[in-house]
Amino acid sequence: MGYLGGFLVSLRQIGRKQRVTTQYPKEKAPKPARVHGRHVLNRYEDGMEKCIGCELCAGVCPAKCIYVRGADNEPDAPVSPGERYGYIYEINYLRCIHCDLCVEACPTEAITESKMFEFSFTNRADAIYTKAELVVDDEGLPQKLPWEDWRPGEDTMTSAWMRATSPSGAANFEGIVGWSGELGYGVRAPEAAQDIKDAITSPQHDDHGHDDHGHDDHGHDDDSHDGGH
Amino acid sequence: MMSGGDPLLAGHVDLAVVLIVLLKVVGIFAFLLVATMLMIWFERKFVSDLQNRVGPNTAGPFGVLQTLADGIKFFFKEDLKPARAELRVFILAPFLTVVPAFLLFTIIPFGGDFSNGHDGSVEMFGRTTYLQLADPAIGILFALAMSSIAVYGVMLAGWSSGSKYPLLGSVRASAQMVSYEAALGLSICAVVLTTGTLSTHEMVVSQAGSGWGNFIPNWNLLAAGIVPFVVFMIASQAELNRPPFDVVEAEQELVGSYHTEYSSIRFALFFVAEFMNSVTMAAIIATLFLGGPAGPALFGPGWLWGMIWFLVKVIGLLFVFVWVRGTVPRVRYDQLMDLGWKVLIPLSLGWILVLATFHVAREQHWNGVITIVIGGAVFLIGYGLLKFAIATSKARRLEGVVD
Repeated sequence: MGYLGGFLVSLRQIGRKQRVTTQYPKEKAPKPARVHGRHVLNRYEDGMEKCIGCELCAGVCPAKCIYVRGADNEPDAPVSPGERYGYIYEINYLRCIHCDLCVEACPTEAITESKMFEFSFTNRADAIYTKAELVVDDEGLPQKLPWEDWRPGEDTMTSAWMRATSPSGAANFEGIVGWSGELGYGVRAPEAAQDIKDAITSPQHDDHGHDDHGHDDHGHDDDSHDGGH
Repeated sequence: MMSGGDPLLAGHVDLAVVLIVLLKVVGIFAFLLVATMLMIWFERKFVSDLQNRVGPNTAGPFGVLQTLADGIKFFFKEDLKPARAELRVFILAPFLTVVPAFLLFTIIPFGGDFSNGHDGSVEMFGRTTYLQLADPAIGILFALAMSSIAVYGVMLAGWSSGSKYPLLGSVRASAQMVSYEAALGLSICAVVLTTGTLSTHEMVVSQAGSGWGNFIPNWNLLAAGIVPFVVFMIASQAELNRPPFDVVEAEQELVGSYHTEYSSIRFALFFVAEFMNSVTMAAIIATLFLGGPAGPALFGPGWLWGMIWFLVKVIGLLFVFVWVRGTVPRVRYDQLMDLGWKVLIPLSLGWILVLATFHVAREQHWNGVITIVIGGAVFLIGYGLLKFAIATSKARRLEGVVD
């Protein structure tokens, strides 16, 4: 049909059941495993807090939204296994840009990010999360505050981004556990190698995915290393 | 042919006549508003269907009340007036756009009994009248005049906003509307040539009944040839600033063009006028080329079938409008001007010449075959010369001889 062929293409879409729209407030699109959401402060399997109050997260934060003060542990009732613990820990979510540099800076994997980013507060006090709100509960799950929109499954992968980075700085870290256990989960399993994961997530038409990775990994020899970016 | 005009106004004008006219005014006003509301909903819903989206689905059944909700929201929005705006003109401009949009519909025959050789007049409270608000002798020229006045609204809105993008957008808009009005007018010329009248009512009467084989309709689409219809369809989309010719509102380049600085109900006036013009333009196309309300009365009263045929044709045309919008990507500004000046205007000019030749040939009883051959040959020669001229100027431009 030449010029007019396009009209048939669009006409054929009428009445199709296939829809690309996600009815957002009612349903949500699936989130990537490493999406950057609201932070949590993790605890060890025995319930001790991981945070040691070192303020590296506050130092690296480009938005200057983290405020930390450390204090010495009481020898009788220690909060964290080490010498010191995070006495005050506040994140101002009016400033946070969810860059995850704090997660990368943290030496004890204390701070990680959940997948929940849909929270709307109505005053400044709610926007500044204190330590009491950030620390995970006794099951190791993030606390669900009234102004946050949690859906099932969003609170499970709270440390995915941390586990996707190389804890030792080595390029080839896949399959290597480089992190401590977490309350409620134990030692989390490492992520699958990139080529295996590609095969799992997009079995048929993953041309685009591979193309993207090809651009990302320009200069790398081996494709299996690319999770470390 | 002298246009008779509406028989209602021919005799003594008394209270009943005034009331009937008022009834028609209120009826058309209500119809236009409701039709515009439904058109906005239909366009959003149908385009989303073409693009595998959902579209409005929350307000009312199938989201049909979405436009109403938007309208109410517009009323309660803050009415911003830019500090650098030329305030009087800024306030006047939306009305210059919306009033012609309403007036444009007054000449449209939206109903009437055209079946079985009736002339479209109906009995209303004991008076004979046409189902159209006004049937002036200038007829379709009024439509051209109104759409030209609407350009002022666009132009002044952009100029008075005191902002760069609206100004650029309004310059584009007025250039586009003025140049496509030429193609629009020339294809109307072909219709006027065929029907021999400017009155919209007379046009519908001339298209009523059946042509060949007592089955093919007697429409101007066939009588004036398909070319004016196609040219009019394309040019009307440009005149309405609808996609694919919405370079005026190219968001990526010009934000919102001439209505960038408008907010609240002033913006809503522009928005309503745009979609109202779409409805009216569909009605004009139906009147000019598809016989308007003329059509067979299958059963029941004939005047009812006039309205039904009118609505069927208008809705069908609006369907095509939205279909085009959902299919064709936006053209570039220079492509738009090329299409207007180098294709549509020469094409409709040539077609008018051929059409006029045929009419003269029929009256003078010339040999039909020779007329067609010579007419076609002249048409082709003209086409070749135009092609040659455009190619030459393009080559010279590329060589840098002229800018």
